[in-house]
This record gives sequence, C-alpha cells and structure tokens, in this order.
Amino acid sequence: MENKLEKGLTFNRKIKAEKEFNLKDFFLQWEWLLLLIFIAIHIMNSQLSPYYLNTYTLLDATMTFLDKAFIALSMTFVIIFGDIDISVGSTVALSSVIMAVLYNAGLSMPLAIIVCLLVGITAGFINGILIVKFKELSAVIVTLSTMILYRGIAYIILEDQAAGGFPMWFNFLGWGYIKNLIPVILIAFSVAAVIFYLLLHKTTFGRKIYAIGNNDIASLFSGVKVDKIKLIVFTLNGFMAALAALFLTSKMGSTRPNIASGYELDVIAMVVLGGVSTSGGKGRMIGVLLSIFIIGYLRYGLGLVNVPSQVILIIIGALLIISVLVSNLLYGNKSE
Amino acid sequence: MKKIIIGMLVLLMLFTVVGAAAAQSGKYALVVKSAGNPFMEKVREGFENAISEVGGEAIYKAPAEPTVEAQIIMIEQLITQRVDAIAISANDPEALRPALQKAMSRGIKVLSLDSSVNPNSRMVHVNQADPEQIGRVQIQGIAEMIGGEGQIAVLSATSQATNQNLWIDWMKKELEKPEYDNIELVKVAYGDDLRDKSVSETEALLKSYPDLKGIIAPTTVGIAAAGKVLTDRDLVGEVYLTGLGLPSEMAEYIKNGVSPWMYLWNPIDLGYLAGYAAEGLVAEEITGEAGESFTAGDLGEKEVIKAGEGTEIMLGAPFRFDADNIDQWKEVY
Amino acid sequence: MAEKSSENRMSLERIQQIREFSLIGFIIILSIFVQFRNSNFLTMANLDDLLTNTAILSILAVGMMMVIITRGIDLSIGATLALSGMLTSMLVSVYPALHPLAALLIGTLIGFVSGSIIGLLVAKFNILPIIATLGMMNVFRGITFLISGGKWVSAYQMSDSFKSISTGSILGINNLIVISIFIYLVFYYFINYTRTGRKIYAVGSSPKSAKVSGINVTKITWLVYSIMGSLAGLSGVLWVSKFASAQSNTASGYELNVIAACVIGGISIAGGEGKVTGLLSGVLLYGILENALPMINVSPFWQNAIQGAVILIAVVVSALIKRKTGSSNKIRRED
Repeated sequence: MENKLEKGLTFNRKIKAEKEFNLKDFFLQWEWLLLLIFIAIHIMNSQLSPYYLNTYTLLDATMTFLDKAFIALSMTFVIIFGDIDISVGSTVALSSVIMAVLYNAGLSMPLAIIVCLLVGITAGFINGILIVKFKELSAVIVTLSTMILYRGIAYIILEDQAAGGFPMWFNFLGWGYIKNLIPVILIAFSVAAVIFYLLLHKTTFGRKIYAIGNNDIASLFSGVKVDKIKLIVFTLNGFMAALAALFLTSKMGSTRPNIASGYELDVIAMVVLGGVSTSGGKGRMIGVLLSIFIIGYLRYGLGLVNVPSQVILIIIGALLIISVLVSNLLYGNKSE
Repeated sequence: MKKIIIGMLVLLMLFTVVGAAAAQSGKYALVVKSAGNPFMEKVREGFENAISEVGGEAIYKAPAEPTVEAQIIMIEQLITQRVDAIAISANDPEALRPALQKAMSRGIKVLSLDSSVNPNSRMVHVNQADPEQIGRVQIQGIAEMIGGEGQIAVLSATSQATNQNLWIDWMKKELEKPEYDNIELVKVAYGDDLRDKSVSETEALLKSYPDLKGIIAPTTVGIAAAGKVLTDRDLVGEVYLTGLGLPSEMAEYIKNGVSPWMYLWNPIDLGYLAGYAAEGLVAEEITGEAGESFTAGDLGEKEVIKAGEGTEIMLGAPFRFDADNIDQWKEVY
Repeated sequence: MAEKSSENRMSLERIQQIREFSLIGFIIILSIFVQFRNSNFLTMANLDDLLTNTAILSILAVGMMMVIITRGIDLSIGATLALSGMLTSMLVSVYPALHPLAALLIGTLIGFVSGSIIGLLVAKFNILPIIATLGMMNVFRGITFLISGGKWVSAYQMSDSFKSISTGSILGINNLIVISIFIYLVFYYFINYTRTGRKIYAVGSSPKSAKVSGINVTKITWLVYSIMGSLAGLSGVLWVSKFASAQSNTASGYELNVIAACVIGGISIAGGEGKVTGLLSGVLLYGILENALPMINVSPFWQNAIQGAVILIAVVVSALIKRKTGSSNKIRRED
C-alpha cells in the first residue's frame, strides 16, 4: 500500500502521522505566550523611553515595519505548506523598479501601480509553476534561483540609476495619515490582515492549505487540487510582495534595484516566531500578527533609546531562538 | 480567544497612559551609513567632541546594514525623540527625501555630511572636499606615478554609489585635458565594497589589460584589496595604485611602494565641523543660506557657499598620505 | 525489499553520474566560450587565481553539503566566519608571534564552539535549522560588531607569517588550494567510507528509520553542524589572512553563495542526496562564473541575472535528466 501511495505521486513531502488531539490547545498557549511577550515589550519600552507610550508614537511606529508585514501574511500560507519563498525581497525590488521606469516613461501612475502588481503576480506565478511542474526541486532551490534572477533583471533595467519623481498623492501610501492620526499603511494592513485571517481560517481554501501542509499525498487522494492551490498561493505571495513594494517605494519617494534586500529573512522570522512551523501544517494567523507587532515594536522601542543596531540584532536573534526553545520545552517537541 | 480579548483590554489601558515627554534642550543626532565602519567611527568622535564643547547631547545611530530603509526608520525614531538636529551620511541621495522633509516640517534642523542628500531634503551639506578636486587630484596623482602615459583603470565601490560616481565623472573630465592624451582609461570596475569581489575584479583587470599601468580606487575596501593583490603579485613599480583609503588599511601598501601615495580627508574634523554646523543651525546662527558664516570651534571661521542647487560648508582639500606621514596616521584611523 | 532498495541506489548513482557529466559538459562549453572572448582565461596563472578564489567557498560547501544532506540548512556561516576571523586577527595583532598553525587551530575552535551551539539547538532542542541558524546568525554578527567596537584589523597589524597562510605555497601550489584539496580528501573518505559518514545519509534519507535502526540521530545532527561551524571557523582565518583585513561585516550574505554552489552541485535540499564529486563540479561552476564574468567584460549589471539564470537552468536540467532516466518516482524515502 505504501509503495502504491508513493508511486506516481509527489515524493518530496513527508508523510506525517500528525497527532491532532491537543494541537489546538498548543496553539492557544503559544499565542498566549506571544501576547505576554507583546505586553512585556510595551512595558519595557515605556520604561526605557519617555516618548514611547503615547497614542501618536505607537501608531506612528507601525509605519516603520508594516511594509514587510504584508508579505508575512501570504508567506504564512507558503510556510504552512512546508515550503518557503526567499525570492520576495527581489520581487519587491523588481516590481518597484518596473513601476518607476514605466512611470518615468510616461505611463500614468494608476496604470504603473497596476503594472507593479502584475509584475509581482507574474514573478510569483513563475515561482509557483516551477515548483509545481518540477516537484523534484524544492521551493528553496527554485526561489533561491529566482531571487538572484529577479534582482538581476532589476539591475539590468535600472543599472546604477534611481527612478522616482512620483506624483504627490503617491506619497500618501507610505506617509499619509487618516484624520491626522492613523497611518494609511496601518489601515491597509488591517484590511489585508482580516482578509488573510478569514481566508486561512474560515474558508475551504484555508482548510486545504492546512491539509496539504499536513500531508499532501493524502490531500491529493481526498480530491484536493494540490498543484492548483500551491500555484495560487505562490502567486499570491508575489502579489503581496508587489503590494509591499508600493508602500516601500512611496516611503522612499524613489527606487533602486538594491531595495528590500534581506527582506525575505525578516519576513520568515516574523512568520516563524508567530508559531508557523516550517515543517508544515501548523500555525495560525493570530500568532503571525502578534509576532509582526512584537518584532516591530521591539525594534522601534530599542531604536528610540538609541540602542546600537548590532545589539538589536543580538536581541532579535536571541528572542527568535529563546521563544522557540521555550515552546519546545514547555509543550514538548515538535511533531515527528 | 478570551485571553486575547483580555490582552487587548490591557493594551488599551496602556495606550491611554500617555507618557509625559520632558523636552531636553540640545539633542544632536548623527546618522551614518552603517555600523562597523572605522571611518564613520572617527566622524562620530569628531561630532561628539563638537557637541560636548557646545554643551549638548550627541546621539549616534548606525544601521547594521548600509540600507536606506534602515536609515528611514532611524530618522522616524529621531523625530519621535524630538531631537534638535539630524546630521546624516546618506545611503541614497533621493530616497530619504520624504523622511527628512517630515523631520524638517517638525522643526528639526537637517544637514548632510560625507555622502549628501539632495538639496531639497537638507538645509546645508558639510562637504569633506570638493568632488571636482577629489576627482581631478586622483588623475593628477596617477599621471605622475605612471609618468604620463599608459592604460589606467578605476576600481569603484558599488555601481550606484553617488560619491564615487561623481568623482569618476570628474576624473573623466580631467582626463580630457591635452596633457593626458597618452593616458587611456580602459575600464571602470565595481568591487561592491566586498573584499572577495574587489580582489577578483582587480585580478580580472590585470589579466584583461596586461599593459595596465595604474589603478585608481576611490573607495576604502577597493583600494586595500587592490593593494593586497598588487603586493601578492609583486607588481611594485609596474602597476601603481592610488585613490581614497584609510591610512590604517593602506599603511602596509604605502610603505611597500605599491601605492606611493593616496588621499583622504580627516574624518574627525569632518564630524567636528558637522557638529558645529548643526549647532549653528539650531542656534539659528545660520539658516543654510549661501554667504552666512559661523565659528566652528578649533577649525575657525567657516562659510556657507552655494553648491549646485543647494548650499554647503567645505572642510578643505583632500589630504595626501605618503610614506613620510603614514606612520603617524595609521594609528589614528 | 533489500534488493529493491539496492537497485534503486544503483539507478540513483547513475542519475548522479549523468548529472555530473552534464554539469562537467556545461563547464567545458562555458570555458571554451570564455576562452574565445578572453584568451587569458585558460592560462595557468588564471586557473591558479580561479582555484585560490574558490578555495574558501569550496571548504564551506563541504560542510554545507553535510548539513543539507541531513535536511538542514545553515544560514549562520557568514557570521561564524566573520566572528572567527575577527577574533583570530585581533589575537594576532596583539601577539604577532602567534604561530600560523595555532591561529588556524584557534579559528577552527571558535567555529566549532559556534557550530556546536547551533548543533545543540537543532539536535537536542529540535529547533528548526532555518530558525536556529537565522537567530544565531544575528547573534554572532552582533557579537563580532561589539567585540571589534566597529574597528577593522588592517594589514599592518597582522604579522607576515599570518598573512602568508594564504599567500604561501607548497610545491608551487597556493596554500589555500592545498588546504581545500586536503579537506576534500578527508571528507570524501569520511562521507563515503566511514560508518559515521554513511549514517549522515541515513539520517537525511529518513530520520525515523535511522532512529529505528539504532543510529543516534541527535548525535549525528549535532556533529554535522559542529563540522560546519569548524569549517566556517577555519575559513574565517583563511579569509582574513587572504584579504589581510578583518571587518565585522566580512562575508555578509556569503551563505547564499555557498548554498547556491551546493544546489548546482546536485545536493538535494530534501535531504539524503548528494555526493562530494557532484559538489566539486558545482563549486567549480560557481567559481568559473565569478571569475569569468568580469574577464569577458560582461556589464556588472548583468552579472546577477546571468548567475540566477545559470543556477535555474542547472537545477531544471538536472531535474529533467532525472526524469528521463525514468526513476524519478522511485525514491528511497519512506518516512
């Protein structure tokens, strides 16, 4: 029977005998822990800096980290599959560069924005199609190659130049406020977060994502179109990268081929700290959202008291490891 | 879910407690390109000296990676801290505009140093040395070393480094002069300020142009990597090297003759001048208009001059480091 | 069952061989093409440069290969390399009389400690490799920044004997090349002919069956990361000695180059697969790309895209070859 299962099927995914019984409890607890960290960080920050604890600062701070967070939403789906996409930083750069170049060539800004999103979709689709068509290749390899390739194309297009000069209203995305208080990006992100939350937890699409992450061969047998869903998710990831590109480009007012380098690791860290396991099948949107704000506020707060950035590096790294370590020790080892 | 709701309530309570922010006077921030850069550490030293002389508080911020994204976040943090002035060495001349304009609209005085931002995002720029002079003097130097004829190449940092590109443009203009008719610039290579890449680019230059006489590397990592390659290949006296480098990194190669001399400015003075310029702006002694002048501590009287669309304060001419003076400087920076 | 699996192994071996041949074929075609564009390419002097510049990458790739075979990944090696390089060169600047061999040993030891911490996190505490190494990458890099205080260690602060580690030569061959050949020989033997080496494959193929068959998976996993760390530490000393300068951001992002070289060399990220000979051709191709692109005057703006395209083509072609041989579905993984 096992042999039959293996034959003619995707083979690079592990079949896991997942114990479902106390999974839910585990995740509730994990997110509880995150919430504690989240609160602790706010208490610590407000002790450290007199400028931290007021509505204005707390809202304003979100402008510094929410651009990457868009990608974390869709990356959550990718990682629940047990896959990974490290090409997102390059996708941000490529879509941003193409948008700026087309705008400078005379395209109207709304059209340029649409092209930007299309570029992201295409980049994600290419990743997806390669991963689906060549099951021998893992997502790491495919997106590693396209990571180098996409950024390379951005360099070919813009070489050592910067492009920008966008219309004033475009600034609004990255710098604008609603009612002079709430950053536009926070509102946009909240909308996106709600959509992704519903998508993952309240739709059959979301359930299928978990099913594939847990056991894609079994999902295939139970009629889930694994390839199609994977393709959609990777395309979605490209789209979200392009969306992040819009906000980042607006923030900088101009763009270059070297923007957003290293974003992939930041995004993966956000997702993983949120309790999404890279071995697939596990994790919830709430955890990821908490972890986005934990990392963001931690960085911002430490920056506010001018802690050297290398110390912040150590703290973030240690936080990542210790939180996973604690969860492993408290709640037993992960799967397998 | 319940726990989350409770958590949210706790947070809301936290939100409502508004931290009282006692405004201190005299906070001067210096934002540099990246951490772990000895040149910038010396700029910091000068800046802090100046600020302590005027009795203010100096804040130093250095991103772990030399990216403009990190600098934007730092500027936002400085705005929140309500500093009085921000002096910045920019990783990109244009992309900091929205952030710096926001700072200026909140009453913060903004100036750039070392690597400038565009005139509309600053009040004044503190220039280490005139880019024209930096470009021209390196051609003059290499011409003298190679005896006025032969092939030369440039080994730069990244292809988008604004400083370097400006200097290289001036080098090309200097080369148009008739006395350099016998000198041919064969290639501008980019080592990306990475050791390994700078080394392989230098090696490729030597192999692709066997008659190469001189290399100009207007970047710290590049010039030291080129010095290492030329030393290892024993090309002293055959291929000459000059450019801009740190005395500590170049001491070895200046003494062994690979690079008879090279140039740089004094980063301590640069930071010092920027500190006084920031203080001048905050005290409204100057506003960044051409023609104004102020006293920059030990450096004496300095004038704000027009430069392109904006204004700047000039530190002085690039300093020449050679075998005679390198020993006293290599310990300094 | 046993027969079947050995049959599978045979065909896998064949696939590997075909893969390697096609890779070597590609390398030859590429070299001929480059040679036409710049006749200096296939000269002894350039080949020497090429190998010297690829040596450090190749040493790191051996360690990474073992990590990847156990289904892991190590993103921290660039940071480990910088830490070991910085500490060793600071030591040398204080004690110039330090013997080069001692420096190499100390660097390796620093790397070993770093690697074994990661090994402990991964093997003992079951933290996923990508998280453990991502976190420790930040930590090691930060420590390097702090220890150095933002300063660099420059050429004049290093003793000649220290610098000669990577400029000297044995029998006319550069030390770096000698060291990497030595390491390849040792690990070729280790991976293929020792019980511990074979266990690495077993763990990668199926951690569960490995455990059932009495292999101490925890120990093997720990060992693999410790070896990786040690090699990164060794490379740190070589790196600093080669470039005669230590910075805190040394080799930042270098891990991706190493992973790319492994991927081209046919090491499967899914674990259990990959050979030293395949790795060697992957490393060679990567080295040639780095060396040849500047030599044939490819615009620097095109270099990234060309590298990305070559890697993508290499992996896709190897996947297609695997399919052609018809055994892509018979995979010996059963967990």
